[in-house]
Amino acid sequence: MERNFLDIAHMLAGGLVLTSFMLLYQDRMYGLLNVFALHAVVLSASVAWQAYIQGAPHLYVTAAIALVLKAIVIPVALHRVVARLGIHRTIETVVGIGPTMLAGMGLVALSMVVMLKATATADPLAREDLAFALSVVLLGLMMMVTRRNAVSQVVGFMSMENGLILAATGAKGMPLVVEISVAFSVLVAFVVIGVFLFRIRERFDSVDSQTLDDFRGERR
Amino acid sequence: MSTLLANFSLEPLTAILLIPAGSAVLLALLPGYWLAARCNVLATLLTLAAALLLLVERPQAGTYLFVDDLNVVFIVLSAFVGFTTSVFSASYIGHEVAINRLTPRHLRFYHAMYQVLMFAMNLGLTANNIGLMWVAVELATLTTVLMVGIYRTHEALEAAWKYFILGSVGIALALFGTILVYMAARPVIGEGHDAMVWTALIEKAESLSPELLNVAFVFLMLGYGTKVGLAPLHAWLPDAHAEGPTPISAVLSGLLLNVALYALLRFKMLIAANPHAVAPGPLMVTLGLVSLVFAGFMLYRRRDIKRMFAYSSIEHMGIITFAFGMGGPLANFAGLLHMTMHSLTKSAIFFAVGHVAQVKGTQRMSEIRGLTESHPVLGWGLVAGVVAIAGFPPLGIFMSEFLIVSSTFAREPLLAVVLVFGLLVASGALMLRVHEIAFGAATGGTAEVEASYVPLFSHLALVLAAGIFLPAPLVAWFQTVARLLG
Repeated sequence: MERNFLDIAHMLAGGLVLTSFMLLYQDRMYGLLNVFALHAVVLSASVAWQAYIQGAPHLYVTAAIALVLKAIVIPVALHRVVARLGIHRTIETVVGIGPTMLAGMGLVALSMVVMLKATATADPLAREDLAFALSVVLLGLMMMVTRRNAVSQVVGFMSMENGLILAATGAKGMPLVVEISVAFSVLVAFVVIGVFLFRIRERFDSVDSQTLDDFRGERR
Repeated sequence: MSTLLANFSLEPLTAILLIPAGSAVLLALLPGYWLAARCNVLATLLTLAAALLLLVERPQAGTYLFVDDLNVVFIVLSAFVGFTTSVFSASYIGHEVAINRLTPRHLRFYHAMYQVLMFAMNLGLTANNIGLMWVAVELATLTTVLMVGIYRTHEALEAAWKYFILGSVGIALALFGTILVYMAARPVIGEGHDAMVWTALIEKAESLSPELLNVAFVFLMLGYGTKVGLAPLHAWLPDAHAEGPTPISAVLSGLLLNVALYALLRFKMLIAANPHAVAPGPLMVTLGLVSLVFAGFMLYRRRDIKRMFAYSSIEHMGIITFAFGMGGPLANFAGLLHMTMHSLTKSAIFFAVGHVAQVKGTQRMSEIRGLTESHPVLGWGLVAGVVAIAGFPPLGIFMSEFLIVSSTFAREPLLAVVLVFGLLVASGALMLRVHEIAFGAATGGTAEVEASYVPLFSHLALVLAAGIFLPAPLVAWFQTVARLLG
């Protein structure tokens, strides 16, 4: 019985890593947002499963927040933004998809090696969860680096936050304060970003952050 | 009301959090910038008074908040600079309204955010829970992002966006590190809140899993290091300083970098207390030296005056991180002193620069010439500030830099050579630029400065006084803290 519990937890966490890879090769805006919604659903399932096996009912709240906010509200809102700005076509990447996927595999291997070695004494549930969580964080980070578009940077950032929530729920008994605040910070972040997206549009007629780089003070 | 006040005087620790939080709400509702600016000054003055009370009586450590010898230094410093900056801000804001750069609606937002920032910084400094500390640093980051973007120009939006993205990545890495510290503490201390309480963690530090702590420290160093502005994670800092309102540049350089550094120091103490974990010193020394030398060279290529002093902040945060990384009573003492002096001097410089940019109508250094001719008081004030920050005797920064260099020479002569090289490169650049700005035939606007020079010169006077004579009780106090830091 215990064994199955762990296997399902690992499968869900592994599913989150897989979804992170799916985010990496999306080259259309709507596709990206849909996969991000899927990412949030997988996270929510994973957190709910943790709540069940740890017997920690407060984690269901975290799962619900992930499901409602990140799988429904934010993707729908971003869909609207994208539609209104007419930027639904292809996403410009700095590095090609192939090298990005290879680098992503490297990052996952790295986080497995580092975390499994560092947590040799910790319980097996937390151990592999942390390794998966670190992979998701690093993949999100890489996505932010390899995309120029502001919307995809935001999606990268939110997938990174998903990885952090996975890590926080995997750490058994971690105080609720932090989890709520993580969810809350994402909300705040979204408001901030929403404001910026519209302002950026007003000023530049584009949400490509490359445009912003041209205004570096040094080249004035 | 009187019972409320009585409560405040009894509990300075709650007061330094409640006063800014309450004022933030009040200032958000208060129309009219003239009154709001005065209320802002009053609120920061009350916070300063409460912070000074903390020196006298110290409350018992709680599970969420605590005050010890280390953080009280930071709290008093941040309350003081917060107060002088609010005085400067009152005169600065008046000019921005006069030239229509900011509307009254923006100002309500600005003043409320100023107090939220003070609240977040005080919360971060007094937090005894590593999760709460993280939340506070995140709140401070979000607040400053909004403030940096307040002018809504191309450059301001770029700066705010960049700051937001890089700051969030840093903060996310720091959270991962915090989770790892909790994981390390859980088997020893037990589940729940206790395993995130810093005072409990430091007591049990020897028995925490060293492997987890090692990995955690890398994440915490990179995460909070981004907020400290260490190279190569500094990219947000110059833009955020250059494009936001100048009072915010002063608070960013003078205070917020210190708060991030404080978080880093807390974790450094924790890792250092575990004999099996990796020594945190070398990583800090390396990042510190890289920041110092890198920023020293970058100073030569600056054309924007605020951007230049932002690079100088990177340089000095590098020096301070280096000093704390070296460790030992003398280097820690010098690091603390340098941090205090840097906060005072750098905010004074930004006060001067704010007025300069207003009277000349530009931040480009090539368009600012002969400042001592056109505005003698302001010009000489700026020159004095730059001479101080470049590390010339007899000012305070000279003394702290001298202590850092001499203690390093005694232990690691090779590192000291690099350190001195970086210091010389940086002061050369600063002197070169200030010479161009301050002397020669005056250009640009010659309008009178409608400002109070009190904040500028009170900071400079303190820095001068510290360079000539440090009172014995202050030295004894800093020495206690330096021993605490290990």
